[in-house]
Amino acid sequence: MRISPTKFISLLFLVLSVFYLYTAYNIQVFAFDENAPFNARTFPIYLGWAGIILSSLKIILPEKVTTEVNHKHLDYKSIIYLIVISLIYAAVILKIGYFISTSLFLFASYYFLGERRWGLMFILSFPFVAAFMYLLHGLLNIYLRDPFLKYIGVMG
Amino acid sequence: MIEGILIGLSTALSLTNILMVMVGCFAGTIIGMLPGLGPMTAIALMIPITYGFDPSTGLILMAGVYYGAVFGGSTSSILLNAPGIPGTVATAFDGYPMAQQGKAGKALAIAAYSSFAGGTISAIFLLVAAPSLSKVSLAFRSPDYFALMILGLTAISAFSSKGQFLKAMMMVVLGLMLATVGQDSLSDITRFTFNNMNLTDGISFVLIVMATFAMSEALTIIFRGKDPNRAAKQISLTELGSIKVNKEETIKMAKTIPRSSILGFLIGVLPGAGATIASFLAYGMERNYVNEEEKQKFGKGSVHGLSAPETANNAACSGSFVPLLTLGIPGSGTTAVMLGALLGFGIQPGPRLYQTNPEIFWSVIMSMYIGMVMLLILNLPLIPYIARILAVPRNYLIPLILFFSVTGIYLMSFNNFDIFLMIGIALVATFLRLYDFPMPPLILAFVLGGLMEETLRRSLLISDGSPNFLWDRPITLIILLITITIVGWQIFSTFRKKS
Repeated sequence: MRISPTKFISLLFLVLSVFYLYTAYNIQVFAFDENAPFNARTFPIYLGWAGIILSSLKIILPEKVTTEVNHKHLDYKSIIYLIVISLIYAAVILKIGYFISTSLFLFASYYFLGERRWGLMFILSFPFVAAFMYLLHGLLNIYLRDPFLKYIGVMG
Repeated sequence: MIEGILIGLSTALSLTNILMVMVGCFAGTIIGMLPGLGPMTAIALMIPITYGFDPSTGLILMAGVYYGAVFGGSTSSILLNAPGIPGTVATAFDGYPMAQQGKAGKALAIAAYSSFAGGTISAIFLLVAAPSLSKVSLAFRSPDYFALMILGLTAISAFSSKGQFLKAMMMVVLGLMLATVGQDSLSDITRFTFNNMNLTDGISFVLIVMATFAMSEALTIIFRGKDPNRAAKQISLTELGSIKVNKEETIKMAKTIPRSSILGFLIGVLPGAGATIASFLAYGMERNYVNEEEKQKFGKGSVHGLSAPETANNAACSGSFVPLLTLGIPGSGTTAVMLGALLGFGIQPGPRLYQTNPEIFWSVIMSMYIGMVMLLILNLPLIPYIARILAVPRNYLIPLILFFSVTGIYLMSFNNFDIFLMIGIALVATFLRLYDFPMPPLILAFVLGGLMEETLRRSLLISDGSPNFLWDRPITLIILLITITIVGWQIFSTFRKKS
């Protein structure tokens, strides 16, 4: 039996709702609140049941409009590259600072998306981030934490 | 009201705020023009920047971005047949054929004049309707608000994607579930945090918007990059032709604009409806109104066919501010994003906003109008130059969107857990979008989640746990009946289609 992607997503949502409901029933409330008309559990419990009912209906009822996606036309390679670069960016941003990590992230993203005009890639990464930081930090007075630039004395 | 208008004007016409409207319109036009990126993404990208301003200035910037993005969406519809937002899909029906006939400049001018006229008429309606409705909505109690929020969420699910009601309702529940993460507002009990300290304060609204719109839009564009059906059919972006509109075309527009404005405004006021439905309805209505000869021109470059959806979608944008400003309940995804931004400024929109923060209430209304004037006098002559933005390669565009999204989150928390969470949510949202699970209901539900739980709490405490509060008051009952009708209609249309 072939299950459509929409029904598969609904099945995942059903599992999520069951887990959510289970967690909702296990929320610790104060003893005096246990039998109150409304406590910290009430709303999540309603939501859990609503999720179970809606996802079950989606699984059971026939699909009125089917969504077909041709996977051959999807660019998985680029998306994986971008996600990996973004994850590395998120992991290092606190350690090496906003300026260097963001500039490298932009440069690497341009490269992995197929760009090879090195000069333009450079301008739209390092000087671009520097200008953006000046706009935020220097002109709009929005604090931008960057331990590296602080260490070398560029930022106060 | 005159006093309020003057307060609004004095705030909106300060040098800083005029500059913000200009910047907002310009930035909104550029972002809205890029296929796939709509007003919600444009506003979301602006939120972190607005935190450096006072609330009025921040909101004025966002209102400018909103109108700019709607106008920008029309531009990509007309020039590329690639609508930036669903609300401008109907614009492409006649705008793109007109551009193919070498009249792109004229099509853009008709779109701009119609948008301006629609926006102006509906701003006047808003000016009159908002204060009166604010007074009426003071009579609303917790059960009414709860019922109204259920209605809003049901309506946006019914209207946001045709034939996908259950999918949209699932997104509503997911949005509400995400809103329950963190400390309970009354008891301070932590829920769904799994002992992670980073989740104690809940998930930030900006994070959800950035992940489900800005970042997920960017990933979707890359993901579908190989799809031959999505490749834009490019017309010359440098030779747009004259932007002059002749007398005959002006007369045609003059007939279309009033009826489309009224329709657009009324549709915009309805929770969940908004610009998309307004533009399609106006297009259909206009086709019925015109004579047989004009009817034949529809789809081939008709002035009526271009003017009607453009007028209606702008009128609906103003209309959608009515429930936000008067009840504190957003009627559309875009106004939900604006509500989130307002809450970020520490402002609770609703009937009391009119009394407690009249300068914000009126300056938002007045800035909308100023925004439209700016769009007309600044953007229209600049269109031939702005249109070249459409030629920006996605190799640069996508990393820049990701950069703005990550920066927005980093600015708020200086915490990389939030960036990881955003990437995770964006990835899930990208797959959900691929299978037509709509995101606006999720955003609306996430924004309303806290308020909904609060009103349900009060209602249940008043009625001692009984569900009677749903039908005890006539207003609640009427709202509930409308909700049931919408759900019933969805069920009926499902069975009718099957039979």
